[in-house]
Amino acid sequence: MNEKSKEPFFHIVKRDALPWYKSIGIRIAAIVLALILCAVVTTITTGINPIRVYESIFLGAFGTARKTWITFQNISILLLISLALTPAFKMKFWNIGGEGQVLIGGLAAAACMICLDDKLPNVLVMVCMVIASIAAGAVWGLIPAFFRAKWNTNETLSTLMMNYIATQLVAFFTIVWEVPKGSGKIGIINQDSNVGWLPQIFGSKYLLSILVAVVITVFMYIYLNYSKHGYEISVVGESENTAKYVGIKVEKVIIRTMVLSGAVCGLVGLLLVGSINHTITTTIAGGQGFTAVLVSWMSKFNPLTMVLSSFLIIFMNRGASEISTNFGLNHSYSDILTGIILFFIIGCEFFIAYRIQFRKKAEKEEQ
Amino acid sequence: METKTAAVSMRNVTKAFGSVNANEKVNLDIYKGEILALLGENGSGKTTLMNMLSGIYFPDEGQIFINGKEEVIKSPKDALKLGIGMVHQHFKLIDVLSATENIILGLEGKLNIKEASQKIEDICKKYGFEVEPRQKIYDMSVSQKQTVEIVKVLYRGADILILDEPTAVLTPQETERLFSVLRKMRDDGKAIVIITHKMHEVESLSDRVAVLRGGQYIGSLATKDTNVTEMTNMMVGHAVTLNIERPEPVNPRPRIEVQGLTVRSEEGILKLQDVTFTANSGEILGIAGISGCGQKELLEAIAGLQVIESGSINYVEDDGTRELLIGKDPLKIAEMGVSLSFVPEDRLGMGLVGNMDITDNMMLRSFRRGHSPFTNRKPPKQLAVDVVKNLDVVTAGISTPVRRLSGGNVQKVLVGREIASVPTVLLTAYAVRGLDINSSYTIYDLINEQKKKGVAVIFVGEDLDVLLELSDRILILCGGQVSGIVDARKTDKNQVGMMMTRIGGSGNHE
Repeated sequence: MNEKSKEPFFHIVKRDALPWYKSIGIRIAAIVLALILCAVVTTITTGINPIRVYESIFLGAFGTARKTWITFQNISILLLISLALTPAFKMKFWNIGGEGQVLIGGLAAAACMICLDDKLPNVLVMVCMVIASIAAGAVWGLIPAFFRAKWNTNETLSTLMMNYIATQLVAFFTIVWEVPKGSGKIGIINQDSNVGWLPQIFGSKYLLSILVAVVITVFMYIYLNYSKHGYEISVVGESENTAKYVGIKVEKVIIRTMVLSGAVCGLVGLLLVGSINHTITTTIAGGQGFTAVLVSWMSKFNPLTMVLSSFLIIFMNRGASEISTNFGLNHSYSDILTGIILFFIIGCEFFIAYRIQFRKKAEKEEQ
Repeated sequence: METKTAAVSMRNVTKAFGSVNANEKVNLDIYKGEILALLGENGSGKTTLMNMLSGIYFPDEGQIFINGKEEVIKSPKDALKLGIGMVHQHFKLIDVLSATENIILGLEGKLNIKEASQKIEDICKKYGFEVEPRQKIYDMSVSQKQTVEIVKVLYRGADILILDEPTAVLTPQETERLFSVLRKMRDDGKAIVIITHKMHEVESLSDRVAVLRGGQYIGSLATKDTNVTEMTNMMVGHAVTLNIERPEPVNPRPRIEVQGLTVRSEEGILKLQDVTFTANSGEILGIAGISGCGQKELLEAIAGLQVIESGSINYVEDDGTRELLIGKDPLKIAEMGVSLSFVPEDRLGMGLVGNMDITDNMMLRSFRRGHSPFTNRKPPKQLAVDVVKNLDVVTAGISTPVRRLSGGNVQKVLVGREIASVPTVLLTAYAVRGLDINSSYTIYDLINEQKKKGVAVIFVGEDLDVLLELSDRILILCGGQVSGIVDARKTDKNQVGMMMTRIGGSGNHE
């Protein structure tokens, strides 16, 4: 008996691939557990009935038609940035420059709106905006990719630094274009003429980015899984040696993929400036370039799963603002709740890959 | 046998990975003063079993007795406390540290390099190792690194030693030296387990063999009472014939002409120097040499993966026209209409993508076909089905990621894909490394089949017995230079071995 007790109480065993319903079951269980823990924490720390907190969260996201539209619009933006980063991540190219690529795209769109305001018809301004913002994002992706492809520089650093360059450029042009002078803000661009304001679809100002997100999701899913480019990306990501061995030009794939990644980010900048905000600030991307990294990883680079992940994050975010106003809680409180939920979601991956095996002999002896 | 004490007794040891039973109720005894050869095909659970003994895995069921007492081995530390040490196939050393520093790394107590060096020298003297304690690992040859690994285990007081395929990377001379050390350790009363696929080593070194098949313990025999055929039959489970065919080359014509090839590594180290030879169609040209003597660079240069300093490589068509291969990447070579297949040494890091399934791996060579921007998975899927069927690949299905297959099956997938493109030149590097005897013979047969079809085969090998049996001619590399090209039918192991270590060997070759 003495020796038996030396056997570890449990040990970890790798699982074979789980059937899909079981792995989804584990994930649902994780979310339910996370919500229960959130409820307990809420009750203990604030004394507020957790059911009411959850209700507030839900109403914050879907309480009114307008809130629902904004929720979906926010989801579409986060989803688009996540989709943009995904091909790079699949290639094991750590593009954490989504923020900068979005900003520079937005800046390009704003520049067209401001500079071409009275020089070109509205339609042509919009065409210029689309081209300029996509091209700007693409260039922001191209620069780190080029250095990585040619001289094997670390892309994590260079994409990150490109973020700061973009922020500073926006700050600079904010002063150049500020309205009124001295306000330090650009304000709503072309408020009277509405030149360069992207069209409303079916009379809804929210629908455009949602439609773009749907189209890009489908495109990315097909591009990554069924196209020759997508296949090359996977091979380069898994092993550059294998790619060279079969004659894939690794440099070309890196550059092409990062141009695509940057271009989609630039497109997001266009939507933020041309369709949603009609202005530009240094914080217009709102850190979503980084949140998108999380979304992309959490979804294991699957565009369809990304819809759910970005939904979850935006839903919690929107709900969080609501509870902070309703119950007078600090906005950080919602971050705590989001943190708990993310911890459970990411943590449950462990239980999908592994099984905990408890001491067997002890069980047998009890029987 | 009863007179000896069992140092280790494993009873009903079971270990499962997912739904696969790697070991099922294995009973194994290891005795002191004996060298035990653990035999089995790839995936038969040898390494898993030894990993459980050395604390890397924990068994799902079963007991382990050390010197008659039941013990629980939770970690490599526990294993070392019990005197069990394992030398892994892939060395676990830190390049920038010296031999001594690597050996004492992780040990508790006061750090005293001088004392440690003294103790290391004592161990070396006792068993006849040659280790310079202050030498850095990066300055060492593969065999020196292995010696450090063994000394490391002995330094920690191990008297049960497990060696996982120790000879895979050694020359015949180095192997002999290792064996004499192992024999000394046996005579000193240590228990030694060696995992190997080379049957002649089993015969010359071990006292007893234990055979695993499909995770189950089949039995154990005294080496002197058995022979290669019986051992192989036990491993495979049915009778096999062990003859490598060597048909006469039919109508050999020059296919690849290499002239004065010189290659430097990225660090500027001379890897190949003035290499000249011709590979003929319908012939197997064996390449022998100590590992790292330029074999890899030679094959990669022909395949268009290596930057070349000087020299030329020409592909000779059937009608005698020559086409320069130098300066062209694999894609351009393929576009020229040269069908060149290459089975590289690093199967999962170069030849295949481990995380992709068999179908997607089949597509690596062919995915560009057609003008559509989309991939067509139908032909590769068919090819995957055919390869799995024709080469008896053991897999759950064609959508299994190849990294989950065992070594032999991974190689079958790779070779299957490479020969599917009907090559005129086939380059293979260490095609049977780590493969069990049955899979090895499958690969030899496949290569011979290609030779009969008129393919020019360049076969880089490490097992001289195989090279001598399979090749028509053997080119021996020594430090990046051609030490000689010999007729494989008229030479012997000794001569080739000599030429591997000295240019030209002892002299009288053709």
